[in-house]
Amino acid sequence: MIEKLSTLIFTTGFVYLTPGMVFMWLIGLTLIFLAVAKGYEPLLLLPIGFGIVLANLPLAGLMEPETGLLWKFYEYGIHWEIIPPLIFLGLGALTDFGPMLARPSLIFLGAGAQGGVYIAFFAAHLLLGFSLQEAATIGIIGGADGPTTIFLASKLAPHMLGTCAVAAYSYMALVPIIMPPIIKLLTTATERKIVMPKARKVGRLEKIVFPLVGVLVMILLVPASAPLMSMFMVGNLFRECKVVERLNLAAQNELLNIVTIFLGLPVGATMNAQNFLRKDVIFIFILGLFAFIASTATGILVAKGMNLLSKTKINPLLGAAGVSAVPMAARVVHKMGQQADKKNYLLMYAMGPNVAGVIGTVTAAGIFLTLLK
Amino acid sequence: MQHKMVAPMAGKVIQININVGDSVEEDDEGLVIEAMKMETPIFVPCNGVVGQIKVKAGDNVEEDDVLAVIETE
Repeated sequence: MIEKLSTLIFTTGFVYLTPGMVFMWLIGLTLIFLAVAKGYEPLLLLPIGFGIVLANLPLAGLMEPETGLLWKFYEYGIHWEIIPPLIFLGLGALTDFGPMLARPSLIFLGAGAQGGVYIAFFAAHLLLGFSLQEAATIGIIGGADGPTTIFLASKLAPHMLGTCAVAAYSYMALVPIIMPPIIKLLTTATERKIVMPKARKVGRLEKIVFPLVGVLVMILLVPASAPLMSMFMVGNLFRECKVVERLNLAAQNELLNIVTIFLGLPVGATMNAQNFLRKDVIFIFILGLFAFIASTATGILVAKGMNLLSKTKINPLLGAAGVSAVPMAARVVHKMGQQADKKNYLLMYAMGPNVAGVIGTVTAAGIFLTLLK
Repeated sequence: MQHKMVAPMAGKVIQININVGDSVEEDDEGLVIEAMKMETPIFVPCNGVVGQIKVKAGDNVEEDDVLAVIETE
């Protein structure tokens, strides 16, 4: 009888718990707390936090290859490259390229603000000895784009996927805290007061032609960016053509919401104690933050460089909006513009480099994939 | 002289802080527009008296729509 009871005890998970697992629960619960109490990227950090707890339950086998439920989400959703492109379909349907098309020169700011991606990549590889593939995955955190980070990590460094995703989403939530000091340091009050000339109106035809031309040019240029770029542009075409409103709304609402659920849980579940509790993790978070800061700085510096060359001055704050955390970076820029001059409304101008930044990050990911895969 | 207060961006008017007949000063917070899920205060362009208000809370406005008219001496 006693023997039976003791066997029963050994079928429970309690006896197999390790301190590492309990520590991971705390991390998962912290993310859930930040999502619920502080509103930090709740749509992603909440399911990721829950996924972390689930992945650290002994005997549950949720991440067991072939049989585990979350393993299947991960394998067929992320590893098979289905979910991140579907997220991009929804983002394409949500994105208005109008502000960018109104002033195409602002595209350079979206490209400039990818500087941190490359700087962090070299720093991670040359200074800290990460492999090229790992360094690229860390660098892309500086692009401030969650699905692109997950996409690239799943191809180049799957063991770092969870950590890099959490770093990317946390720093995105912290954009309003990270960016202002850097911006203040690199711009003068006079520069922040620059009022942008009125943007021209962008017609419907232009908005329809853009995703068509964009998809051809970008994929011919960087073929490896095709999975994300193609979905992004078709989503945008749904939006702008105005004849498939049902597809447009499905892509930006129901579908995006559904795939977000299936993205967050398995991303969290990749973070088991073994994968996460290594000293590398601290470097990943530091380098990710550094990449964010460097991207903000390079964006501003490119804007200032453009001002040296061109007669019409642009407000260098817009360079910081090239960091593609849409629309947080643009909002921060707008608020700082209004702090300098109450009647300076930069929001719509900032959306130009902001959406260009998304294209810039996907392109950077495509370049890494081409060179390192 | 009449000064028009125009919407700097498309969005939804969510709050109006001025009434017709109020005397206002430059940089008073006239109304609030919500765009990109963010509330943006729209400031009064000059000193004067509010002559007309062309929108009400809940209206969707396009860029350059006239929101209010300020009368100056």
